[in-house]
Amino acid sequence: MAALNIQKGASSHSAYDLRDPNTQVIESHTLAVLVENEPGVLARVIGLFSGRGYNIDSLTVAEVDHLGHRSRITIVTRGTPAVIEQIKAQLGRIVPVHEVHDLTVEGPSVERELGLFKVTSKGDKRVEALRIAEIFRASVVDSTLESFVFEITGTPEKLDAFAELMRPLGLSDQARTGVAALARGA
Amino acid sequence: MSRQMTGARMVIEALRDQGVDTVFGYPGGAVLPIYDELFQQNDIKHILVRHEQGAVHMAEGYARSTGKPGVVLVTSGPGATNAVTGLTDALMDSIPIVVLSGQVPTFLIGTDGFQEADTIGITRPCTKHNWLVKETDELSATIHKAFHIATSGRPGPVLVDIPKDVQFATGEYVGPKQIETPSYQPAKKGDLATITRLVELMETAERPIFYTGGGVINSGTGASQLLRELVDATGFPITSTLMGLGAYPASGKGWIGMLGMHGLYEANMAMHDCDLMIAVGARFDDRITGRVADFSPGSVKAQIDIDPSSINKVIHVDLPIVGDVGHVLEDLLKVWKARGRKSNAPGLQAWWAQIEQWKARDCLAYRNSDQVIKPQYALQRLQALTASRNPYITTEVGQHQMWAAQFLHFEDPNHWMTSGGLGTMGYGLPASIGVQVAHPDALVINVAGEASWLMNMQEMATAVQFRAPVKQFILNNERLGMVRQWQQLLHGERYSQSWSESLPDFVKLAEAFGCAGRTVSDPAELDAAIQEMLDYDGPFILDVLVEKHENCFPMIPSGKPHNEMLLGEASTEGAITGAGAALV
Repeated sequence: MAALNIQKGASSHSAYDLRDPNTQVIESHTLAVLVENEPGVLARVIGLFSGRGYNIDSLTVAEVDHLGHRSRITIVTRGTPAVIEQIKAQLGRIVPVHEVHDLTVEGPSVERELGLFKVTSKGDKRVEALRIAEIFRASVVDSTLESFVFEITGTPEKLDAFAELMRPLGLSDQARTGVAALARGA
Repeated sequence: MSRQMTGARMVIEALRDQGVDTVFGYPGGAVLPIYDELFQQNDIKHILVRHEQGAVHMAEGYARSTGKPGVVLVTSGPGATNAVTGLTDALMDSIPIVVLSGQVPTFLIGTDGFQEADTIGITRPCTKHNWLVKETDELSATIHKAFHIATSGRPGPVLVDIPKDVQFATGEYVGPKQIETPSYQPAKKGDLATITRLVELMETAERPIFYTGGGVINSGTGASQLLRELVDATGFPITSTLMGLGAYPASGKGWIGMLGMHGLYEANMAMHDCDLMIAVGARFDDRITGRVADFSPGSVKAQIDIDPSSINKVIHVDLPIVGDVGHVLEDLLKVWKARGRKSNAPGLQAWWAQIEQWKARDCLAYRNSDQVIKPQYALQRLQALTASRNPYITTEVGQHQMWAAQFLHFEDPNHWMTSGGLGTMGYGLPASIGVQVAHPDALVINVAGEASWLMNMQEMATAVQFRAPVKQFILNNERLGMVRQWQQLLHGERYSQSWSESLPDFVKLAEAFGCAGRTVSDPAELDAAIQEMLDYDGPFILDVLVEKHENCFPMIPSGKPHNEMLLGEASTEGAITGAGAALV
């Protein structure tokens, strides 16, 4: 039979995705999953990931439309392109899932995470912590004579960098929300 | 018109509105209000099972043989957990089942109440969807949604968990037409541009093959008709998975037999060497593909499937068509006809000549005996003596299941009920009862192994109680035959626990259940024994004592590709090695 001129990867069910599906490169993708806000829906999504052996690097969930009963789950996951495609298809199969968006391939998007970092120190270290916090535009939301709690918003990488710098300065506890993400533009 | 009623009444009303004529179930504390309502009506028949797993398999048999959803009613706790195997089985094989389970009253949920289980949590991964109904007002709509979701798109099992106080309380009943499922909108029509491209490929392909599966059956008898028309019009060869047998008739001119691990040599070789593979409602299961890296290396692959997650899950396909098999085949035929019904005649001729050469290997050949009944021979005789009655066949799981798939010939869809994906021993007996309940006058035969059959043998009592004249055709080798075969091939003939030292006397067992039975061990008496089974007016157990060490061939050893099949006893030495040994 003659050459068929079928583009590699054209079989992907996302029309804009023409990457080689057979590559074994591990990619990180941010998925936005819009779901019906009904009991157990988060368990269905998480159960899918654990049951089929997919990774979750970050997960956030909150109701975004009270009247419409919609929640938005943002998941950062890792896998080969074929696995990512499979994850999206499996998510789409869950009955209360309205939409699945792969923000990593659908175009530019903004990703933000909020972190609270407790730094316990005295003297110079305390001053240095405050100085670095200023550079990162973190704000102080709690203070005692021996500690600060900083609130910082940014990309996960920015929060990682902040935590790294605070570690020698007395970082004693931290809480992070996980990534929330939206596509850029209208 | 406002229709106020109790939750229990609503269940019956909703089942009636859904056209349900039969419910398979078992009562218990948390479903007593529903059973009370069942008692007070005559539209819906209740089949009292002996174990809830049996109820679900019966519902599967009912569903698979009718195309209608099977309905199950069980109590809370153990009633629901006993249904889990059946739910998983139905999920793997895409069988539409609606399970209604009782639950402890809402105010007791979470207190470890008597017969309380987290049914929704337990069944979440083994249902297409499930619901806990906490308000009576929501009960009827939820049941209607359950039926819609079970039967549409890729069918599957659903479960509705109903606390006892919700059954007692009064609420507003709504009919089936008033429900909406905005987040659940399965595609029906395939993309026409892709369908046209597939037709272009079909016109020039030299070595095309249709590879069809259970999705054709699930799409309805219309889809099978369209498939037959398409295959016969194009002259392409067609093979099928275990789940798809009967969609295209075994007597059809395009039929080259089942493919897969115990599929026919010609079917597997054709899959390996084809240049255009058209997968129709089939999901590239590991029993089908063999070694994925060497699966049909030279072909362009098209796949028609209603479930987007079935596409590119295991095998990369070049032309995916997401849609209902029936709708897509209709469009495919239309486009193919409109473009002039073209095919590559010289190519096809050479292709068929090659397939005939493979067929000449006679891969199902076995050495018959006049001393002992060979299982293959038993099935050939069963086929010969029953073909005119177009029987419904169910099976258990193991060697007998594969032999049945190889040696029985299916002419119509919905006549073959087997546990394909999950491989559930104990499926066949209850499934045969479910089929018989749906088709009271038909011949229904469960081809069984003695070990599988014992797993749900309590359901013989159900068969007797409801006068379901199911024929239990047990190929008794006193072994777990498939386990023994693998131990021979892979584990140095160390037959660890694959031998049933103590088996019941199946004839006495039949008598004990109140039906009839017979044992046969002489090949010369086999026909008479089968005839006695067929002629008996009622359930019958035929205990066929067969060769104990027969292996099931041909076989693709695990970890090997399609073109490295084992064809007989001589070739099994070191058959499974390396990475293949880790596979199941």
